[in-house]
Amino acid sequence: MAAGPAPLPLPMLLPLLLPLLLLLPPLLLEPAGAVWPQPQLQRSAPGGGRCPLPPRRFRFAYAAGSAVGPGCAVLEAAFQRYWALLFAAARPTENEPPWETPCTQLLVSVATPGCDGFPSLDSKESYQLSVSEGSMLLSADTVWGALRGLETFSQLVGRDENGMYYINQTEIVDFPRFPHRGLLLDTSRHYLPLRAILETLDVMAYNKFNVFHWHIVDDPSFPYESSTFPELSKQGAFNAVTHTYSASDVRRVLEHARLRGIRVLPEFDTPGHSLSWGPGAPGLLTPCYLGKSPSGTYGPINPILNSTYEFVSSLFKEVSTVFPDFFLHLGGDEVDFTCWKSNPQISAFMKEMGFGEDYKKLESYYIQRLLDIVSSIGKGSIVWQEVFDNGVKVRPDTIIHVWKESSPPYLEELANVTRAGYPALLSAPWYLNRISYGQDWMAAYQVEPLKFEGSPEQKDRVLGGEACMWGEYVDVTNLTPRLWPRAGAVAERLWSNATVRDLQDAYLRLADFRCKLLGRGVQAQPLYTGYCEHEFGGF
Amino acid sequence: GCRGYPHIGSSEAYHLTVTEPVAVLKADEVWGALRGLETFSQLVHEDDYGSFLVNESEIDDFPRFAHRGILLDTSRHYLPLKSILKNLDAMAFNKFNVLHWHVVDDQSFPYQSIYFPELSDKGAYSYNHIYTPADVRLVIEYARSRGIRVIPEFDTPGHTQSWGKGQKDLLTPCYNGQQPTGSFGPVNPILNTTYDFMTKFFKEISSVFPDAYIHLGGDEVNFDCWKSNPEVKEFMKKQGFGTDYAKLESYYIQKILDIVSSYNKGYMVWQEVFDNKAQLKPDTVVEVWMGNNYAHELSSVTGAGFTAILAAPWYLDYISYGQDWKKYYSVEPLNFPGSEEQKKLVIGGEACLWGEFVDATNLTPRLWPRASAGRNVTNLQDAYERLSNHRCRMLRRGIAAEPVFVGYCAHEARG
Repeated sequence: MAAGPAPLPLPMLLPLLLPLLLLLPPLLLEPAGAVWPQPQLQRSAPGGGRCPLPPRRFRFAYAAGSAVGPGCAVLEAAFQRYWALLFAAARPTENEPPWETPCTQLLVSVATPGCDGFPSLDSKESYQLSVSEGSMLLSADTVWGALRGLETFSQLVGRDENGMYYINQTEIVDFPRFPHRGLLLDTSRHYLPLRAILETLDVMAYNKFNVFHWHIVDDPSFPYESSTFPELSKQGAFNAVTHTYSASDVRRVLEHARLRGIRVLPEFDTPGHSLSWGPGAPGLLTPCYLGKSPSGTYGPINPILNSTYEFVSSLFKEVSTVFPDFFLHLGGDEVDFTCWKSNPQISAFMKEMGFGEDYKKLESYYIQRLLDIVSSIGKGSIVWQEVFDNGVKVRPDTIIHVWKESSPPYLEELANVTRAGYPALLSAPWYLNRISYGQDWMAAYQVEPLKFEGSPEQKDRVLGGEACMWGEYVDVTNLTPRLWPRAGAVAERLWSNATVRDLQDAYLRLADFRCKLLGRGVQAQPLYTGYCEHEFGGF
Repeated sequence: GCRGYPHIGSSEAYHLTVTEPVAVLKADEVWGALRGLETFSQLVHEDDYGSFLVNESEIDDFPRFAHRGILLDTSRHYLPLKSILKNLDAMAFNKFNVLHWHVVDDQSFPYQSIYFPELSDKGAYSYNHIYTPADVRLVIEYARSRGIRVIPEFDTPGHTQSWGKGQKDLLTPCYNGQQPTGSFGPVNPILNTTYDFMTKFFKEISSVFPDAYIHLGGDEVNFDCWKSNPEVKEFMKKQGFGTDYAKLESYYIQKILDIVSSYNKGYMVWQEVFDNKAQLKPDTVVEVWMGNNYAHELSSVTGAGFTAILAAPWYLDYISYGQDWKKYYSVEPLNFPGSEEQKKLVIGGEACLWGEFVDATNLTPRLWPRASAGRNVTNLQDAYERLSNHRCRMLRRGIAAEPVFVGYCAHEARG
């Protein structure tokens, strides 16, 4: 099972695997009451009974005193979804009434009113679930917590050999360790059809991820249909008709996410990673020079023109109205200075501004102005770590996104960022696009985001992290198996208690969870040899 | 001949002439006609207005290597029939002509045997994880209509844990001192019952699978259990093998080879069988799989006069980040020290997709288009463009081949 830290050639692998193979039975029955990610507190009374669930009579209902009731779109939609997830396979047969008192409803009680808003970084996702003889109660502060509780509930329901649905008597108190638990999808390197995005949001909800970081445009293509600048996608998409996201597509994603308590964080990455912006916005990108004449190629956004800032201002005004989240991700990573260095007007500007030969100062000049624009629009900013590393003067609540594994090592970077007073997000060890042979989910699982020297205040500034699925080698043909269940390892690391780290136990629970995902129609790949009762059948 | 099965000596050559108003496809055998039809289908293209066109062309084609295989492993993970059939389609699109079906192994025994139903009853993951005789016939016929041979592999004496569940006393009981530990090792080579079983079992296999060859495995035999067993040790002494357990392994293999050839089947074996100096029939095919200096192994195998196929550089289950198709593409199988005659003995190769981390959820994107790259060496940039086009073609045909790099296909997968 633990195939060693690095892939070994086959002949060497066997002696290591064989003894472990004998230890691990192929996955048969589910460890009863296993939830992924593991709840903070879960107790089943020893010898405690279980509650049968009659599918035809089972209902979700609001408890008396709940601040949220019928008409709450978020919960009504969730009740439908979860009923289907639980009982879609039920067959209408007349069973013998079981001798245990059945649980015919899950009462849901939400303390804070509010059903029509969007989740935010500050949303409370805690919940309590109590299953005892004949009665079940889910209570939460907000609807978002209720969603988390419903997901847990759906994972607790099992089916015995007679086909009877049941749930063990349980007490659960749960809340996330980190408030920002995200997944990045890249729709520029490869276009992802809407269905793929919506399905990913579904599986994110099964894993209690709560941020969809939509890296929507980049160098290769610009699929976002802008109402202010329609030429951007007309000229910049792979195909302006078939490979774009219309305004209604975007609205669908936003609502689909909202109903699952998932924030949508759009990223319009500048000044680098913006080649696809050029065709639809002439004059935006820096023309590169070969000696005294333009070479015909382009580089990052041109930071010296007023028109650049007018453009960027209009675009981000639009983006800030289209996307309701308080935060926008502004990118700011990997700016290649070669083109700027070649351009005579830029050289002149550098001199004027007294930047000398330090192009990081020019980059920072641009980012500074961009950050000011965005905050004047009333949004918060998230930026990749270069912005911090280059000494840009950012507002104290700007979130720094740590993505580099080394130079410096990411834990050191987290320490530096939080010591300087900034909130931070971690992605560096969670680049799930970087596949390798074997059970690489283990490395992702063993990451400890707070394993650096720092005060408690510093550690509080680590808001969470994101698993990233960059798109160079990924599209709809391989997205789902590549994401799941590997991203689940990150989901648990970000939700569950820091002490939940045992690999053997995690393997059993994650393998079981993977079979659950298959049962829900998700094309999640295997962790290791073995089987699920119902294998993947959709082609 | 239309009712027969393809075999190693089949002609897959064809001649295709496309002119107005009639295109002509000529081939020696139906198998060549199939290859020609595939080529023709790839020449037809659609213009901007939706018209289908084909350019005037003249193509004279035949495969460089006669054995072009894909290995699928249905023991580490069961593969539903649909998944196997889908990949046979994809193989045909890529002119692969051998399905090396590694059907059973340690983890599970999904093959439902007619003579020994307990093997799958007790050894499969579950009743739903079985290939019935009808399933097997379907795979063989589906493959045949695509000119693809099905070579089954029943790997022994190692890789056989799952066999022991349904066949008592087949595997060697391991010992700790004088006490059996309760665990088992490779097939027990010292019992007559072992060979009685194998005689009957391979009789069935020989009639169920029509190909002239059966793959008998013979790889990675761990000697620890044999060494611990007092009866085995006794046997070693009696046979004068000393402490050289490779001799015991060869003793076993020899008898299996003899059993199988008595049914008029040829056999393929993994390289260890050759390396450990078993007595092989001259038409044995040795499969070279160990990554370390496979060129040297090819020299040895062909130098001893045996036919070889190469798998070592094409272990597609070994995934890594980036465009790894390039390294598969760059392999030159005949790049080893040897005479002309020796090189002729390398009849082809196989891309292997071992199943530890693979099942129907990720098999197709992991196999394609990386397996398509196991071709001959030409210009890499040109290869990139052709491979990307070919990948888009496979998408259009409903094969979920993964992307080669950044970009798009006009017809994306439905997803």
